[in-house]
Amino acid sequence: MSSVRVLVGTRKGAFILSADGKRENWDVSGPHFGGWEIYHVKGSPADPQRLYASQTSSWFGQVVQRSNDGGQTWEPVGNKFEYAGVPGTHQWYDGTARPWEFKRVWHFEPSLNDPDTVYAGVEDAALFRTTDAGQNWEELSGLREHKTGSSWQPGAGGMCLHTILLDPKNAQRMFVAISAAGAFRSDDAGKTWKPINQGLRSEFIPDPTAEVGHCVHRIAMHPSRPDVLFMQKHWDVLRSDNAGEMWTEVSGNLPSDFGFPIDVHAHEPETIYVVPIKSDSEHFPPEGKLRVYRSRSGGHEWEALTNGLPQKDCYVNVLRDAMAVDSLDSCGVYFGTTGGQVYASSDAGDSWKPIVRDLPAVLSVEVQTLA
Amino acid sequence: MIRVVLPAHLRTLARISGELELSVDGKITQRSVVDALEQRFPTLRGTIRDHTTKKRRPYIRFFACEKDLSHDSLDAPLPESVASGTEPLLIVGAIAGG
Repeated sequence: MSSVRVLVGTRKGAFILSADGKRENWDVSGPHFGGWEIYHVKGSPADPQRLYASQTSSWFGQVVQRSNDGGQTWEPVGNKFEYAGVPGTHQWYDGTARPWEFKRVWHFEPSLNDPDTVYAGVEDAALFRTTDAGQNWEELSGLREHKTGSSWQPGAGGMCLHTILLDPKNAQRMFVAISAAGAFRSDDAGKTWKPINQGLRSEFIPDPTAEVGHCVHRIAMHPSRPDVLFMQKHWDVLRSDNAGEMWTEVSGNLPSDFGFPIDVHAHEPETIYVVPIKSDSEHFPPEGKLRVYRSRSGGHEWEALTNGLPQKDCYVNVLRDAMAVDSLDSCGVYFGTTGGQVYASSDAGDSWKPIVRDLPAVLSVEVQTLA
Repeated sequence: MIRVVLPAHLRTLARISGELELSVDGKITQRSVVDALEQRFPTLRGTIRDHTTKKRRPYIRFFACEKDLSHDSLDAPLPESVASGTEPLLIVGAIAGG
C-alpha cells in the first residue's frame, strides 16, 4: 500500500510525519536537529530514502545533513558554500553596494534522476550544485554574474534564492526565483540565465515593470506541462503559458492577492492553490480566517476552502516553502503555519485536519509519496 | 593535552559529550586549537569560524581563566594554564536570541 512522508522544517528542528495512503493516522518523528532552524528538507525523486536538510543557526552557521534511510539516521556533509571568483556587490536596502556574503541555504532541489546531484538556493542569492551527495558544493555563477546582479536588492527576509524548478522534459531548462530580484530561466543547465519578469507589475519599485527588482515569493509548475508556470508575487497571482516569457495576472476574486506559497494539484494541471494573506504590512489571513483558495481554471476564478480550518481569530502566516502536494489518487495537499500547525487534506482541499498543532513555527513542508 | 569545552549544539554535531581533550602540535593559540578541533571533528568546520577567512563567527566567544580572549590575535599564545591543561578553553555561544 502507498504511504506518505511529510518533511517539515521549523524554527527549532525538523519533523517527519508519516502515514499510510489513507492519511488518517500519523506518526510524528522529531525534533531532528532540535534547536536549529531547518529551512528545508527534501527527498530525492530518484531515491526517496535519500533526504537532504538545511540546518542553520545564527551562532553556528550552515550545516547540511543527509539521510540514506528516509530520515531515521543523518550525517553532516559538506557545508562550504563559496562564491566563485571575486563575488562583487549587490545593492543593500538603502541602495548602497554590499559585498555578496553567504548566509544560509533556503532550498534544496534534488535532481530528478540522480540522488547525488542536488541544487541549493542560498542567501545572498546564488545557486550551488553538488554532484557527490553533498560533500562538495560549486556555484553556478552565471546567475549571480548576470548583468543585473549588482542591482539586486534583498526583500524583507533577506536576498534569498528560494525556488528552484527543474523541467522534467528538458534537462537543460530550469527556473529559479529570488526575493527581490524576480524569476530567471536557464536553457543551458544553469550556465547562463535570463530574467523572465515581463508582465509583472510591482508598485514598490521605481519602474513598476522593470526587468528585475520584483519580489517573487514562489513559482510552481505541473510536471506534465513545464511551460506553464504559476506565480505568487509579493502582491498578485500570475501565470505564464510560455515558460516565463510573459506573465498574466490571474488574481481574480481572491480576497487578497498577497501571499507566499502557490502549488499545483498532482493530477489536474489547471488546479492551483494559494493562501491569501491580508497585506505586506499585516502578515496574517484576512478577517482572521485561515482559507486556502483553489482555482480549477488556472486562475481568475477562486473558491475558498475552509472545511476544518479555523474561521475566526486566526493570525498565523504560511511561508513560501510551506505548502506541498502528494501524488496519491486523491491528491493530498499540505501546509504548515507560523503557529506550528501542519494541516493536511486528503481530498484535494475539500476538507482539512491538523496532523500536528504545536510545532515551532513552520518554515517548509515537502511531501514524499512512497510506493 | 588541551582541555576544550564546546557549546551544547556543537557537542551534538561532533557526537561527543562533556569536556574534550585535544592534542595540539606546536604553539598553543586560538588558531592552532581550532585547527586541531576541525582536524579531529571535520563536521565542526565552518561552525566556529568561516571556512575561508578563518574569522570567528560573530556569536562565538573564546573564554579562559575568567577572561574573554575573543578579540586577541588568533596567533597570540593562550594562557599557560590552558596550554598546560590546568584550565579549559571555553568556546561559547553568545547568550542571545530565542
